[in-house]
Amino acid sequence: MLKKLSLVTALVATLATGANAAGGGGGHVENIDFSFDGWFGTYDQNQLQRGLKIYTEVCAGCHGLKFVPMRTLADEGGPHLPEDQMKAYVAQFPVNDEAANRHLYDAENDELRALVPTDHFPANESLGAPDLSLMAKARAGFHGPYGLGINQFFKGMGGPEYITALLLGYTGEEKEEAGVTLYENTAFPGGWISMGPPLYGDDVEFDDGHATDLHHLAEDVSAFLMWTAEPKLEARKGMGFLAVFFLSVLTVLLYLTNKRLWAPIKRKDV
Amino acid sequence: MAGIPHDHYEPKTGAEKWLNKRLPIAGLIYDTLMLPTPKNLNWMWIWGIVLTFTLVLQIVTGIVLVMHYTPDADLAFASVEHIMRNVNGGWALRYIHMNGASLFFVAVYAHIFRGLYYGSYKAPREITWIIGMLIYLLMMGTAFMGYVLPWGQMSFWGATVITGLFGAIPGIGEALQTWLLGGPAVDNATLTRFFSLHYLMPFLILGLVIVHIWAFHTTGNNNPTGVEVRRTSKEEAEKDTVPFWPYFVIKDLVALALILVIFFAIVGFMPNYLGHPDNYIEANALATPAHIVPEWYFLPFYAILRAFTAEVWVVQIASFVTGGIIDAKFFGVLAMFGAIAVMALAPWLDTSSVRSGRYRPMFKWWFALLVVDFMVLMWVGAQAAEEPYATISLIASAYWFAYFLVILPLLGVIEKPLPQPATIEEDFDAHYPKKSGDEAAAPAE
Repeated sequence: MLKKLSLVTALVATLATGANAAGGGGGHVENIDFSFDGWFGTYDQNQLQRGLKIYTEVCAGCHGLKFVPMRTLADEGGPHLPEDQMKAYVAQFPVNDEAANRHLYDAENDELRALVPTDHFPANESLGAPDLSLMAKARAGFHGPYGLGINQFFKGMGGPEYITALLLGYTGEEKEEAGVTLYENTAFPGGWISMGPPLYGDDVEFDDGHATDLHHLAEDVSAFLMWTAEPKLEARKGMGFLAVFFLSVLTVLLYLTNKRLWAPIKRKDV
Repeated sequence: MAGIPHDHYEPKTGAEKWLNKRLPIAGLIYDTLMLPTPKNLNWMWIWGIVLTFTLVLQIVTGIVLVMHYTPDADLAFASVEHIMRNVNGGWALRYIHMNGASLFFVAVYAHIFRGLYYGSYKAPREITWIIGMLIYLLMMGTAFMGYVLPWGQMSFWGATVITGLFGAIPGIGEALQTWLLGGPAVDNATLTRFFSLHYLMPFLILGLVIVHIWAFHTTGNNNPTGVEVRRTSKEEAEKDTVPFWPYFVIKDLVALALILVIFFAIVGFMPNYLGHPDNYIEANALATPAHIVPEWYFLPFYAILRAFTAEVWVVQIASFVTGGIIDAKFFGVLAMFGAIAVMALAPWLDTSSVRSGRYRPMFKWWFALLVVDFMVLMWVGAQAAEEPYATISLIASAYWFAYFLVILPLLGVIEKPLPQPATIEEDFDAHYPKKSGDEAAAPAE
């Protein structure tokens, strides 16, 4: 089955990368001030929950998140749903592609069983759309200048920015090519993408009445996809701080030790 | 160990004598740690410890990663995600291991260029140099195979391109490539054998590192002056050296700690900066990435590989002379391996009697240009194979070969070296002048 699935994704991906090669460089991507940017940045729990809703109601129709365990929706440093809410959310989560989720098949009742927290988000290969689990790390929004990687050093890799730019980048132009409709997009490398505009604004409603214009929706779902790609971001930065702090202290202590140790050899006063 | 005269281990207690008679391990450890080391070593002599540390770091993190990784073409990518999401601290292990490879190469390049500048490769340290080059080759093999294991798009296509190099060898190439891959193309058989070798090779490196250390403990360290430690008597040797412990152990640890601050800043805050986004897409034999780029540490040699296209006159001559056996592809492969071979032959290509670059006024500039050349090759290796990059990489490749094959042999003949200090002590005293009063004796404590 995996072979067949990879065949389908391969075909679509070939189309996509073909366009990529034709276009050469990337499209236009703006830097966005995400809450998780920078040394101190953390995920905005509410934003991730909004993004989860957009993913569930819109993206999941065609895309999967097959590497993401659903129980992690309750994780700290993630959407952090309360345990009972997480379980309820998982149980009602739609499986939109039966063929790609045969591991859920329940022979007794001859149907797919309901999802449980230990399951991963369902895969979705029905239209050959790429899995989104790692999309925010599999794309770079920023490049250069002159192939030196300086922009990525200062702005980050730009994965979530790329996703936002892609969702906002539709010009409304369409064209037919070999029986496939392509949509013009200013962020997509090559300029033409086979995915139709998925968001228009007001596609979902939030309980807390948060803004649902296209721009906000695009940013929210991009943040959510950054979390699916890098769920341990906050733990990682925490470790970074601990390591950098303690090693800096150790460096200073060792430096002073070394200075004192060498002083008689170098004929210096301690 | 032979070499610089110094105090050796003397077993004192009964237990020590008992052990020493049967296994002189305490003596070995003592002599290794107390090795007389030139006291004028500068901060470019810290990379050996950094490399040793990194080797251990990679082996330890690697062994734990293997406990959770699955070497199977259908499962490998998912098992890496399992490590990143479900294994306690798995993300840290994997990011440290992944960036540890970069740390390894930063350190090894600094170490190699240190050796090139201060003439550490010259007699009597040729064996140390050659062992070092073997370690470097094994490191490249290990890193390349390790990069294949996550089974992302760059893993797969990098493996396809690099094993394809062996396919360029005339006659046996295709059979050799099939043998290496375990089939006609990169597939499960390739992944499993790369996994096996990726686990094996670090231990071969470890063995060679011990030989590397053994070799330079026999000859003694080189130092910034390139002047040898006096060996006529223990008293004279002690004026030129201090014991490795504690003086250089502590100094090396200062440097190591500082380097680890930077390393953990990268692991903690930008762990994917040195990687390629395409490797977060699962390997797909039917979709070739737009640009197949190796990891940064391979870029200089990748640039040399690509520089020699069919339009280059040396390639055309080689092709004509050999009746087409050496085509552009094979020429590129020869150039890439040749670039490392000429570096390994530096001890015999350098004709200068002066060891350290410090006293070689012309050499200094050519060496600086070599460092710039290396950076240019690294940069151009990541660019598309088109103008102006093709011409730049050709010029940069030519300089790499010219440095070793023309400049090093010629400089020894035409260059007038500057006066060198007679002893290491003299050089050290020039930096840290003796105070009036302790003229009589400055005992090394």
